[in-house]
Amino acid sequence: MSTPFQTDVAIVGAGPIGLFAVFELGLLDLKAHLVDILDRPGGQCTELYPEKPIYDIPGLPIVTGQELTNKLLEQIKPFKAEYHFNEMAAALEKTPDGKWKLVTDAGTEIIAPVVVIAAGGGSFVPKRPPVPNIETFENKGDGVGVHYAVRKMETFRGKNILIAGGGDSALDWTINLAPIAKSLTLVHHRDGFRAAQHSVNQMRELERNGKVKFHVASVKQLHGENGALTGATLAGADKVEWRHDTDAFLPFFGLTIKLGPIAEFGLNLHENLIPVDTAKFESATPGIFAIGDINSYPGKLKLILSGFHEAALMAQAAFHICRPTEKLRFQYTTSSSSLQKKLGVTA
Amino acid sequence: MKIIATDRKGAERTVEGRDGWTVMEILRDAGLPVAAECGGACACATCHVYVNDGWYEKLSPPSDAEVDMLDMALAVEPNSRLSCQIVCADELDGIKVTIAPE
Repeated sequence: MSTPFQTDVAIVGAGPIGLFAVFELGLLDLKAHLVDILDRPGGQCTELYPEKPIYDIPGLPIVTGQELTNKLLEQIKPFKAEYHFNEMAAALEKTPDGKWKLVTDAGTEIIAPVVVIAAGGGSFVPKRPPVPNIETFENKGDGVGVHYAVRKMETFRGKNILIAGGGDSALDWTINLAPIAKSLTLVHHRDGFRAAQHSVNQMRELERNGKVKFHVASVKQLHGENGALTGATLAGADKVEWRHDTDAFLPFFGLTIKLGPIAEFGLNLHENLIPVDTAKFESATPGIFAIGDINSYPGKLKLILSGFHEAALMAQAAFHICRPTEKLRFQYTTSSSSLQKKLGVTA
Repeated sequence: MKIIATDRKGAERTVEGRDGWTVMEILRDAGLPVAAECGGACACATCHVYVNDGWYEKLSPPSDAEVDMLDMALAVEPNSRLSCQIVCADELDGIKVTIAPE
C-alpha cells in the first residue's frame, strides 16, 4: 500500500484512546490508520510516565503507562491497524466525493469518510530554550545552527558543537558526536545529570581525555548574522558571562505538548479543545470526531476511562457514516460468535 | 494561606492556597499559565517556578526525583522548583513564586 491510503477511519494520535478506538471500530469491521508524531504508540502514557503506576483503569488495580499501552496493543492486534509514526497530522481537507483527506508533514495522505482526533493535548515537540531569537537559527541546514534532534551524525563531522541539557539525549549525543566533532562543549545547570550512570561515566571519561568540555552554565544569547550561528553567550552559576564560538547548538530538554496544526483544521476550538456532542463525540464538522483529552463537553473529565467510553460511542456513529446502507448490529463480545471470530478467539 | 504569584509578563497576583493541595494545582485552577502536562506526577517539568524572597530556603528540599526532573526544565536557576512538588501549608503563607519561561 502506498499514499494516498484509503481506509474507513483516520485517527490522529496513537495514545491510549486512539488505540482503544481501533478496538471499538474493529468490532464494527471498520479499518483504521493512526498518525502520531512520536516514534511509538502510547502518547503521554509512554512519553511522560511509562514507569509510573495508574490506579484508575477499571479492572486493572495497578498498571504502568507502558503496561497499559502494551495491553491495548495486544487487545487491538486482530484489527491490523496501520500506524504512521514520526508523522504529524498537518492538514485536513474535504475531497470532492465528500470524504476527508488527512495529510501529514511527511507527505502521507489518508483518505477516509471519518476522521477521529484523539490527540490529547496536541503534538509532542522539543522544548525550545527561552533564548532570544533562537528560532532564527533553526532550519539553517545540516550540521549548523540550532537542532533539536540529530538525524545524520555525519553532518556534524568537523563542527564545533554546543550541547545543552542533562538527560539521556544530551549525554548520548555528547558521547556520540565528540569523536567526530572539531570540538564539543556540554553545558548544564548543575554538576550532576539525570542520565543513565554509564552515560555519565562515559562523558566524564571524554572530559578527562579533553574530547569534551563541560561547564555548569546556561546559554543566554546566540550570535550570528542572518541566521548563520557563530557563537553563544554562556553564563556560569556565578552569573559571569563569556562568549563561546560554535557552529551548532543542540538543546536537549525533552518534549512538551503544543496543540500544533489541529488549530488550523477549522474545528472551532474553544480554549484549545474541540467541542463535541455527547451522543456521538462528533465535532461541529460532520465526520470529524474528537475523543479523549482534546475534546470538551459539559461535565468532561480528562480521564483515560472517559476516553474509552467516548471511543465506543464514536465508533457507533462512525459506522453509520462509513456504511450508510448497512444496519448496525449491536452485539456483546461474550456471546457473539461473529465478534469472537474477528477477535480470533473462536475454537 | 496565600500564594503571591508572578506570571510571565511580570504581573503579580495573590491567590488563595488550600491546605494539602499543591502549589501547581492552585496556580492552574487560578488560570495562571502552568502547563503541568503530566498532571502532577513529577514527570514533565512544565510546572517550573522560581521561589523568591527567601521562601526557597523555607521549603523542604527537593526529592531526588524532582532534582532529576528539573534537568528537563528550561532556564533553571538555583531557586527553581517544580510547583507540583510544593504542598500548601500554613507555614508557607505569603510564599512568592514566579512562573518560569516556557
